[in-house]
Amino acid sequence: MVPTLTVVVGAFQDEDGRPTLGNLEALTSEAALTALRGSLILSASTALIGAVLGALLAYLIVSMPPQALMRRATLAVSGVLAQFGGVVLAFAWIATIGPVGVVTNAVLELTGANLYGTGWLFGLPGLIVVYSYFQIPLMVIVFAPAFEGLRPQWREAAINLGASTWDYWRHVAIPLLRPAFLGAVLLLFANAFAAYATAAVLVSQGQPIVPLMIRQAITSEVLLGQANVGFALALEMIVVVTLVMVGYNVLLKRTSRWMR
Amino acid sequence: MRHSTGFKVFRAAAMVAFAAYFFVPLLAMFDFSIQVRGSAPGRTWDNWALMITDEDLRSSIVASLLLALFTVVLMVALLVPTMVWVRLRVPRAKRLIEFLCLLPLTIPALVIVVGISNVYSWVTYLLGDSALVLTFAYVVLVLPYSYRAIDAALSAIDAATLSEAARSLGAGWFTVIVRIIMPNITSGILGAAFISVALVLGEFVFASLLHFDTLPVAMAALYKSNGPAAMAAALASMILVAVLLVGLTFLSRDRHKQGASS
Repeated sequence: MVPTLTVVVGAFQDEDGRPTLGNLEALTSEAALTALRGSLILSASTALIGAVLGALLAYLIVSMPPQALMRRATLAVSGVLAQFGGVVLAFAWIATIGPVGVVTNAVLELTGANLYGTGWLFGLPGLIVVYSYFQIPLMVIVFAPAFEGLRPQWREAAINLGASTWDYWRHVAIPLLRPAFLGAVLLLFANAFAAYATAAVLVSQGQPIVPLMIRQAITSEVLLGQANVGFALALEMIVVVTLVMVGYNVLLKRTSRWMR
Repeated sequence: MRHSTGFKVFRAAAMVAFAAYFFVPLLAMFDFSIQVRGSAPGRTWDNWALMITDEDLRSSIVASLLLALFTVVLMVALLVPTMVWVRLRVPRAKRLIEFLCLLPLTIPALVIVVGISNVYSWVTYLLGDSALVLTFAYVVLVLPYSYRAIDAALSAIDAATLSEAARSLGAGWFTVIVRIIMPNITSGILGAAFISVALVLGEFVFASLLHFDTLPVAMAALYKSNGPAAMAAALASMILVAVLLVGLTFLSRDRHKQGASS
C-alpha cells in the first residue's frame, strides 16, 4: 500500500506545494490551449467513433447464438486488442499506411493514389484513426453486457402489445441502453485522454495534445523551470479525468437499476 | 431471436469489415518485418534473429522480462497478505483498500510519472541506476487489475473458516497465508500475474520519461535506425502478450466451471 500512498501524496503535493499562480497562467498560453483543444477533439471523436462502431459490433456479436465460436472468438480478440496500445500499435499503423506502408504501396500500385499524402498519419487525424483501434474493442467489452442485459421477454412483451421492431428499439431498447452507452462514451473519453505511448511514437514534432506537451515540459533541456508547467498540465489532466469519472459513476448508478 | 437473411448478410459483411480494420495492420507489421528494403528486395528472417544478436535489444528484453518477474513477485507479496489480513481481521478497511487499489486506474499514468519523478531521483540515488527500480512504479500500475483478480478468487473461498481451522491446529499467520490461502486462490493469483506481465511488457510511459531502457523504449529507439527490426520485436512482444491474455480468458472460464462466482 505504501507505493500507492507515496504516489498519490506525491502527485498532489507537487502541484499544491508550489503556491504560485504562474504555472496555472501558463495553461492559458496559446500552445497550451491548442494542446488542450487537440486532446479534447481527439478524445471526443475517438470516443464517439469507438462507441458507435463498438456498439454496432457488440450488437452483431450478441445477436449470434451464445455458443457460436465466432462470438466467443470475437470477444476474446476484443479483450486482447483493448489492452493493445503503446509502441506496438503505433508501429502497426506505420507499417500499414505509413510512408512506405504495405497498404500505402498496394494502393499506389493499383490506383496511383498516394494514401499517405502529406503525412496526416503523424498528426491529429492519424491519431484519431489509430486510437479507434483500441477504443472499438474496449467498447465491445464494456457494452456487450448491456445488450445481454436486454431480456428477450421485454421484446416479446412489446411485440405482443403490437409494437413493430422499430417501435421496440425506439421506445424500449434505446432508452434502456442510453445511460450505459453514455457511460461507456465517458470511459472511452478518459481512456483516450490519458493515452500517451502511441502518440509519443507517432508524433515527434509539435505538441498537438496535452500528454505530449507534458513530455516536452518535463524532458526539455533547453528551457529550465518548465517542470512546473508540467505539473500544472498534469493538474489540468486530473481535473478533466475527474469530471469524466464523476459523470461515469452517476450514469453507472442509473444503469445498475436495470442491469442485474 | 430469429433474424432475417438480410440481417445475416449485413452481419457477415460488417464482421468482415471489422476484421479487416483489426487484422490488416497486424499482417502489415508482419510483412514489414520480414521485408528486405533497398537494392535487392526479398524476404528474410534476419530482423527476427536480431532480437538475440543485437546487444541493446537483447539487454532491453532481459530487463523487461526481469521487471515483469519482480513486479509479479512484489505484487503478490504485498497484495495477498494485505488482502487476507483485511478480509479476516479488519473488514471495515476493505473499502479503503479497494479505493487505494483502484485509484491508479483513474489517474492517467502520465500524471503519476510527473508526480513521481522527484521521488525517483532519490530512489535511483539509493538503489543504483538499473531499470529494475521501475518495479516499484509498476507494482502501483498493476494494482487495480491484480486487486480485482485476487479479490474475485478470495470471495470464492471461505477464507475465515479455513484460517480458523488452521489456527486452531496451531498454524501461524505465515503458514495460514502461504500454505492454506494461497493454494486455494491459485487461479486468481495466476490471472493477476498474467495481466501484470502483459502490462509491464507494454509499459512505455514510465520507462521513457524516466529514461530507462525497457523493451518498448528500445523498440521506439530502434525504429529510428532499423524499422523492420523494431517491427519484428514489437510483433514478438505483442504475440507473447496476446498468448498470455488468451490464456487468461481460458483460466477464468475454468473457474466458472467450478461454480465459483467471479
